[in-house]
Amino acid sequence: MRSWLAIPVLAVLLCACGTGQDGESGPRPPRLPVPVELVFDDAGRPSMDVLAAEQVLRRGNGEEPQTLDPHLAEGVPSANILRDLFEGLATTDPDGRIVPGAAIHWDISRDGLTYTFYLDPAGRWSNAEPVTAEDFVWSWRRVVDPRTAASYSRMLAPVANASAILAGSAEPETLGVSALNETTFQVRLDDPTPYFLGLLTHPTTFPVHRASVEEHGSAHVRPGRLVSNGAFVLADWQVRSRIVLDRNPHYRGQEQVLIEQVVFYPLEDENTEFNRFRAGDLHWTYQVPSGQFRWLNEHMSEALMVAPWFGTYFFSFNLTRYPFQDNLELRRALNLAIDREIITQRVSRFGEIPSFNLVPAGLPDYEPPVPDFAAWSQQEREEEARRLYQRAGYSDSNPLTVELRYNTSENHRKIAVAVAAMWKQVLGVRTRMVNEEFRVFLQNRAQRRVTQVFRAGWIGDYQDAFTFLELFHSAHGRNDAGYANPSFDRLLDQIAAERIPSRRRNLMVEAERMLLADQVILPVFTYVSKRLVDPRLKGWQENVMDQHLSRHMFLVQQKELEPRRPDRLDETENTATEQADLEDNGPESAEAESGTGLSLFRSAPLPLSPASPGVQPC
Amino acid sequence: MLNYSLKRLASAIPTLLLLITFAFFLIRIAPGGPFDAERALPPEIEANLAAKYHLDEPLVFQYARYLWQIARLDFGPSFHYLDWTVNDLIAQGAPVSFTLGAIALVLALLIGIPIGAWAALRQNRPADYAAMSVAMIGISIPNFVVAPLLILLFAITLGWLPAGGWEFTPSRMVLPVITLALPMIAYIARITRASMIEVLHSSFIRTARAKGMPEKTVLLDHALKPALLPVISYLGPAAAAILTGSVVVERIFTIPGIGSYFVQGALNRDYTLVMGVVILYGILIILFNFLVDLLYAWLDPRIRYDDPEVAS
Repeated sequence: MRSWLAIPVLAVLLCACGTGQDGESGPRPPRLPVPVELVFDDAGRPSMDVLAAEQVLRRGNGEEPQTLDPHLAEGVPSANILRDLFEGLATTDPDGRIVPGAAIHWDISRDGLTYTFYLDPAGRWSNAEPVTAEDFVWSWRRVVDPRTAASYSRMLAPVANASAILAGSAEPETLGVSALNETTFQVRLDDPTPYFLGLLTHPTTFPVHRASVEEHGSAHVRPGRLVSNGAFVLADWQVRSRIVLDRNPHYRGQEQVLIEQVVFYPLEDENTEFNRFRAGDLHWTYQVPSGQFRWLNEHMSEALMVAPWFGTYFFSFNLTRYPFQDNLELRRALNLAIDREIITQRVSRFGEIPSFNLVPAGLPDYEPPVPDFAAWSQQEREEEARRLYQRAGYSDSNPLTVELRYNTSENHRKIAVAVAAMWKQVLGVRTRMVNEEFRVFLQNRAQRRVTQVFRAGWIGDYQDAFTFLELFHSAHGRNDAGYANPSFDRLLDQIAAERIPSRRRNLMVEAERMLLADQVILPVFTYVSKRLVDPRLKGWQENVMDQHLSRHMFLVQQKELEPRRPDRLDETENTATEQADLEDNGPESAEAESGTGLSLFRSAPLPLSPASPGVQPC
Repeated sequence: MLNYSLKRLASAIPTLLLLITFAFFLIRIAPGGPFDAERALPPEIEANLAAKYHLDEPLVFQYARYLWQIARLDFGPSFHYLDWTVNDLIAQGAPVSFTLGAIALVLALLIGIPIGAWAALRQNRPADYAAMSVAMIGISIPNFVVAPLLILLFAITLGWLPAGGWEFTPSRMVLPVITLALPMIAYIARITRASMIEVLHSSFIRTARAKGMPEKTVLLDHALKPALLPVISYLGPAAAAILTGSVVVERIFTIPGIGSYFVQGALNRDYTLVMGVVILYGILIILFNFLVDLLYAWLDPRIRYDDPEVAS
């Protein structure tokens, strides 16, 4: 009869299941640590009395980085680590603004074609050697050398001769860069490129240590070999387990760095990452479980951080084939029939911002053109949609049959279903949904043979509207819509050559207006960055580029923690300690301490109420 | 026996070659390439990448190059994890997967066989029904349900064990090992029970009992050994599968084994990585099937491989 023991065991498991993560019922509310009040000393640094004894930052970081060679890296997980390991000529402050990095200042010639960077003489590699202008010359030549096969090398395309070198018709030595002396680095551009400084925070433009690369080849990025010039240095790398960075004692600003160690955990599964955050293993997550916005906002609002991001989610029409070729009215009808509020509030549900534009709002020098129908009510849009649909030759008896293609993902599927339902409801369109594995989808999109309407999305590479607009140049490799408008191409060429910022801005607004008027895309929403952050982690700010350098961050003590208590415990003990401490505080005091609701920007907290537009859960 | 072993090992080479050829061309047929991304590469950069990885050569040349490479035990560079060779990745991941798999396997045998034998001895009694029902549940509940439940219970609700992450420490291994072992325990218990019942009804057991042999000797020496034959057959492929890791368990517990490479490698079109793990899996299957055959001979005295009459 001992086998009946199985029943209580199962019952316990099922009880656990009752508080499981399925749907919006969500798991049991966790108890988050409550930070002490932040106090700064006279120098504006956080007071030593409030800092946690152990400054080890644990960051969830999405998938395993493809590489830690800054010149070969692509993707956000690599970039997050590389921005901690290396420092480019420019870097970003906690707000995401471009500030001097390895170069303490720079001059730009009147024609906008020559940039002269003056390197910080205190700049050091992690092996104590000085960072020189020659290091940058060698590194940038390496980026454009075809033998390096750097996939992001086009970031240096504005530099004189870069394109010819990439194409193999010129030698890397002819690149328009030179070292005027030990600490002066000069760059010559082919065209004035107002966003050029923005490119300098991208890992592709970071310097690498020549001697290490020449000695170890592609293995120069291994722990113990990687020589970097950033605030941290690579200490350990267990593939798909963790990447550990230690504070770089030779970093030029090392006295400002409070974090002693950063551990990046590659965590692909959002639920796994969430569980580890709840168990106290992480201070910072890369993502949050989709579809749990409401629960998280109710129970973990002090940890949930949602902010506008520099990216747009849209659908695109294939303009080279039936039925969308030369059928502006039909495209506009389909665009008008979509209710973006419903998609963001009831489908994607993570505070995404409904959008009618390609370029996301939030750029300092760019005001996106608003289409006429943005101010209409949804009912007015739908009426106009029906009128245009009929003018395009379709009706209830002769409905449009269209194919909507997206790549495999639960979120994409839900959004596609919603779009198809809206088309059906408003216009009577019959939609066939096609779901494809990502690389098959990309190939089909690029070939433009089988696509009609397809999902697309874009996160800007640098802080400039051009990073979005250039996608639709008729010669661009990712112009999967097949948009070929000579006027638009001409505008883009003018923007590339324009030196006066205000004129350039007007040209970009005009280009976006033209693109939207041509109904090339069906914008849905502006992406948001979303993550869970331990309330004890301070020193960081939400920013539209979503760049967060560990060197700006620090950990403060939690309340009720005895000040002289040894804090160096192993992970399990630490979690147990936190939980024990929190038993005293309880979740109520946690909420009272950190204010209410979701903050859309730390600097401008925006309490979430059911009436808040755009972020209302359902 | 030695002759037989050598022959079996020699026959493994064409099998492996066939596997390599098949896998090599199959992955190349899949649409899309390793360097496709949402951000399209300019043609000149695409050409540089193709040249660096020899993807611009005719496929047959690439195949010949690959064969020559693996003849020197070099699986080549990974197309996705650019800082590592496939050898590096397997060398880092395989010990993790092997350790977890081996512990789960031993655990499954130690628990599954006694449960199966015990249920067989109590055939059609409540204990038998209960054990087999639990086993059925073990088989039918997938590991992607079991794993989160275990985390919820032991890591989050009770706080006894970590929610994931990897180190060679018992506390990090407990939950993944249980998740891996549970369905296997259930399978082994059911197979053992079925085959034990069959053996217990055979005439040589009746004879042994009639001769007054102690029940313990009858069960352990005479009944259990032949009853294990089907379990051994099951173990061949199952061991190869469990030792090469599980995608689901690795993902949920964030374990850096090689199981995920089967899926991630294919999705990323990381040709060399997929080939590496497929070849490893192939070798393990061949090896374990060979071991199974050797174990057969040990467990069943009627099987002798070097006896020409029996072997033929």
